Amino acid sequence: MSSTELQAASAKPATAVPAPLPAPLPVAGARGVAAGLPLTGIIVWALLLSAPLWLPLIGGYTALASRVVVMGLVAMALNFLLGFTGQMSFGHAAYFGLGAYGAGLTLRYVANSTGLAMLDGILLGGVLGTILGALICKRRGVYFAMITIAFGQIFYYIAYSWDSVTGGYDGLRGFTRQPIGVGPFVIDILNNGTLFYYFVLFVFALATGVMSLLLRSPFGRTLLAIRENERRARFLGIAVDRHIWLSFSIACFFASTAGALFALLNNFADPTSMHYTLSGIIVIMVVMGGMRTFWGPLIGAAIYVVLQDYISSITVNWMSFIGLLFVLVVMFFPRGILGMIKQRSAP
Amino acid sequence: MLQLVLFNVTNGLIIGAFFVLMALGVAMILNLSNVINFAHGNFLALGGYLAYMLVPSIGFWGALIVAPLIVAALGFVVERVMVRRVYNRDPVYSLLLTFGLAFIIQDVCRYIWGVSGLPLTIPDSLSQGLSSDLFFITGYRVFMMAIVIVSVVGLFLFLRYTRLGTRIRAGTLDLDTVAALGINVRLLRSLNFAVGIYLAGLAGVLAAGQIGLNPNMGDDLMMPAFIAIIVGGVGSLTGTLLGGLLIGVASALTTTVMPSAQEAVIYVIMAIVLLTRPRGLMGEEGMLT
Repeated sequence: MSSTELQAASAKPATAVPAPLPAPLPVAGARGVAAGLPLTGIIVWALLLSAPLWLPLIGGYTALASRVVVMGLVAMALNFLLGFTGQMSFGHAAYFGLGAYGAGLTLRYVANSTGLAMLDGILLGGVLGTILGALICKRRGVYFAMITIAFGQIFYYIAYSWDSVTGGYDGLRGFTRQPIGVGPFVIDILNNGTLFYYFVLFVFALATGVMSLLLRSPFGRTLLAIRENERRARFLGIAVDRHIWLSFSIACFFASTAGALFALLNNFADPTSMHYTLSGIIVIMVVMGGMRTFWGPLIGAAIYVVLQDYISSITVNWMSFIGLLFVLVVMFFPRGILGMIKQRSAP
Repeated sequence: MLQLVLFNVTNGLIIGAFFVLMALGVAMILNLSNVINFAHGNFLALGGYLAYMLVPSIGFWGALIVAPLIVAALGFVVERVMVRRVYNRDPVYSLLLTFGLAFIIQDVCRYIWGVSGLPLTIPDSLSQGLSSDLFFITGYRVFMMAIVIVSVVGLFLFLRYTRLGTRIRAGTLDLDTVAALGINVRLLRSLNFAVGIYLAGLAGVLAAGQIGLNPNMGDDLMMPAFIAIIVGGVGSLTGTLLGGLLIGVASALTTTVMPSAQEAVIYVIMAIVLLTRPRGLMGEEGMLT
């Protein structure tokens, strides 16, 4: 028995028991596979666009809504890799944090421009992620996860120990987002929280639009094929490693987009936004919302952000509750919320 | 100068010893159950805190024996109640589960023993330096090294010559066949998990005597443990041992030349290994996935 056969035999139980997850998604002609149910999309957008109107009525505030959208974006970015390519990255906070530091450092040292800050943040996280991705995409499964965590921690240590530039443990302060000039008009996202929310939502719309297009393209279908059966995809002549690398890179670019928005939201960036703890939290957002659905991660992020905001205001032991949330989701709701709804509505 | 080099090499060997203890525990669980135990560093802290509680009543030596056993028993229970439920699922679930466990254990330690550091009293006989020139080689450090060497050798002998150890090794290679031969695989995995956790608990007691206790004390060892496994190669405990020693000594030598690069060097080693030999130093060819 050759080693590949042996491996096939031993790998069988791990891959052949997809008990809690649905079998291959219906591919033929289903317009909404990548973008989720169109209905979900409509509801999500209606809620997001009207959030400043109804949020105060239930005790929320606009900055909380901005945080939900930002965390939703990084969770959806990770889901591109986790849910649609089937590769587990547990180091995505690093690229989120790099986006935040890229934007913060630009505003602090280079120029008072929100646009430039966004661009720098996106490029910093995206390019570094792409470079490391070339190494990461050589492994699979839990080893892929371990390598992503380990590489992610490099940036945490840099941000933590490069005191003179990054502010070290205390984080990077001393910068503020700047109003955006559009022709003769100035959009004051600095002082008007609602305008800033719509700015965040605008970037979110662009990013999710691109993601949705990518997932409907032949490239996106190829990623799904790799997720469903890597061996078969390889036999079909698909360059699996390169596709996973590209998917990783795309996920890094969108994660750093969210990170740049995060720095603008808080006018602050700190090393904990790069730590693997946050990476784990992003993964739980994805799983809680439904990791094979398009909008699920946003819903997971909303639940997590609101819950954490509430729990940390009533107890200092919020970590236990978050840990418990992890355990409960894993044991009892592995499909996530949208995953469960989708399964119920399926014939 | 010679003294400085010796000082750093001693430090490096001790750090490397902890890398090895941690990495071997994580690797045993990973190899047999395909679960990355994120909570490993927190079990380490728990071992230290239990020793702290036990020292007043049964002394340091008693605590050194009992505390890791209690932690191992706890690990056994955790495996039975929670971890085993996710074995047959997508690996993302086992990662999230142990991640949540890490949060809970850390928060519980903080709740019971507080955030600030606590000292673990070690016997006077161990706290003296060997001589005034070699003040940094304390009896305790020599003792730590001895314990680590004994337990690593013991672990390899256990895996090689006992029935349980042979079954664990066999299960690592092909769990289905082992199950088909009538061996209770569920129990095997529980025991294996407990052995891995035992190593973490032991490391915790030893570390507490050297650097004191705090709720995050195991966290800094998690990344080196991962890197030791990646560098050493998948599925090979000998590889993990080599990987742990390699990055321990490398970071110690770097400290002598360029202290600020001490963290960085282990990541550089990992990058080089991934570039030139993705399966790791001792990894087997067919085990890429």
